[in-house]
Amino acid sequence: MKSKDPAKHTHARGSCECRKGITRRGFMTRLGVGAAGVAASGALFPQTAAAKEMEMIKAGDMAKITLRVNGREHTLLAEPRWTLLYVIREKLGLTGSKIGCERGECGACTVLIDNIPRYACMTLAVEARGAEITTVEGLMEGEDLGPVQQAFLEEDAFQCGYCTPGQVVAAEGHLRADPDPTDDEVLRGMSGNLCRCGAYPHIFKAVRSAAEKRRRGKGGEG
Amino acid sequence: MLPKFAYVRPDNLKEAVEKLSAEGAMVHAGGTDLLGCLRDDVLDAGTLVSISAIKDLRGIRKTENGGLRIGALTTITEVSRHRLVNQKYKGLAQGASEVASPQLRNQGTIGGNLCQKPRCWYYRGEFHCLRKGGTECFAAEGENTFHCIFGSDSICFIVHPSDTAPNLAALDAEVNITGPKGKRTVKVEDFHVLPADDVMRDTVLAPGEIVTEIIVPPVKHGLRSSYRKIKARRSWDFALAGVALALVFDGDKVTDGRVVFSGAAPVPWRSREVESAIIGNILDGKTIRTAAEASVKGAEPLAKNEYKIGMFQGMMTEELEKIARAEE
Repeated sequence: MKSKDPAKHTHARGSCECRKGITRRGFMTRLGVGAAGVAASGALFPQTAAAKEMEMIKAGDMAKITLRVNGREHTLLAEPRWTLLYVIREKLGLTGSKIGCERGECGACTVLIDNIPRYACMTLAVEARGAEITTVEGLMEGEDLGPVQQAFLEEDAFQCGYCTPGQVVAAEGHLRADPDPTDDEVLRGMSGNLCRCGAYPHIFKAVRSAAEKRRRGKGGEG
Repeated sequence: MLPKFAYVRPDNLKEAVEKLSAEGAMVHAGGTDLLGCLRDDVLDAGTLVSISAIKDLRGIRKTENGGLRIGALTTITEVSRHRLVNQKYKGLAQGASEVASPQLRNQGTIGGNLCQKPRCWYYRGEFHCLRKGGTECFAAEGENTFHCIFGSDSICFIVHPSDTAPNLAALDAEVNITGPKGKRTVKVEDFHVLPADDVMRDTVLAPGEIVTEIIVPPVKHGLRSSYRKIKARRSWDFALAGVALALVFDGDKVTDGRVVFSGAAPVPWRSREVESAIIGNILDGKTIRTAAEASVKGAEPLAKNEYKIGMFQGMMTEELEKIARAEE
């Protein structure tokens, strides 16, 4: 389970793009995105980027959009009705963010938009242009788990694990805004994420512990 | 997958109003309510005009006369955490912090919170109800546990879902609106529409009109405000019952103020009955008992929401006791 298991390190430290969320599935998807990106980059869109962003996208049409996810820019063709969650999972292959209720109630899809936790299922991808988007994949510190991830692991803060990426990202966002929360603030900060297994006491402990880890600045060594 | 729609995100108000003249055009601000309505086929948008890039509509600042100007795109989180809101308008800060979940408060806007669609499960579900242009209200004889006890006129039994609107109405705030015919201002108290006036409208907004800002008047000397929300579960939910108080005290005596309910009626519901029971009086046991009784005067509970009668009375008692002891 530990992230530092040497058996998992099949490539040299520093050379991998796991941190950027590249998975086999993502790699395959990206090939498709790349092709679409090339097709869209020519004479179809001659205007400047800013002017383009202001233009009407017709129903059913796709437009070239650029999203900055986990520190990396992705340009792709997207329909305005695509949610950020759909694009992150199905077009960028970052499947850490989960599809739960798809109605803004469960929190499994939580991502950070400019450091602030939001539901990716209730955000149109076109609305996230120009923002810094962070998914659970972006919380890795190189090959190591980030402090919140590590705390969830140590505190056994999950059973089935489906809600965990959303819980971790919500906790991270909450702690970025409030590094030293009270118990009440932790409960409130985490209230937008449901856990169907009911691992709440452990999740609560994990967030407390993550706050400490982050303050100590010793991410993966807890 | 959401149904198809055209999409445009102008960076200025003038253009946004122009684009809203398109067939079936709707405003997208935070999108938290809109996307849910599109997904559930409650609304059918030909075009979404996103106003999220209009920077002028963001942020909170003092007005010249010492009130607040809250840009319509200010998020609920920003309202709930703002220093001046917390210092001067505690009820509004409490109301904003009671809205939905952290993620939704981070995305949802104060303008959008006023313009929310109702949460009645028949309206949100596959029922062609009166509010969607049908001929029947399914809640009247159906599952009406969470429905209204005031203001239905036996037409439509929704409750207005906003936690900020009752506080803004209690504070006598105003809504600034821009549309194809220019600007106008409406009091929050008059912003929502009762079923008897037009069952298919939630607000007075005409096609093409956009809420641009909310103006909260300066604090009157002696003002105390609070918001209480009772929910079916502790973490987050819509109000079963709620009350926004904005009362002006002179010593122990209430000299002026407003009492506005949430979870009670199809609009934020001003209780003039409670107001007249307390204004001019000291909030002692007798006044509070009278006010609690007055809070449900004229209520018309349905088959499954009679519990709201006791709930409003109990809540009214607790909140008046609390505000009598509170500091300004």
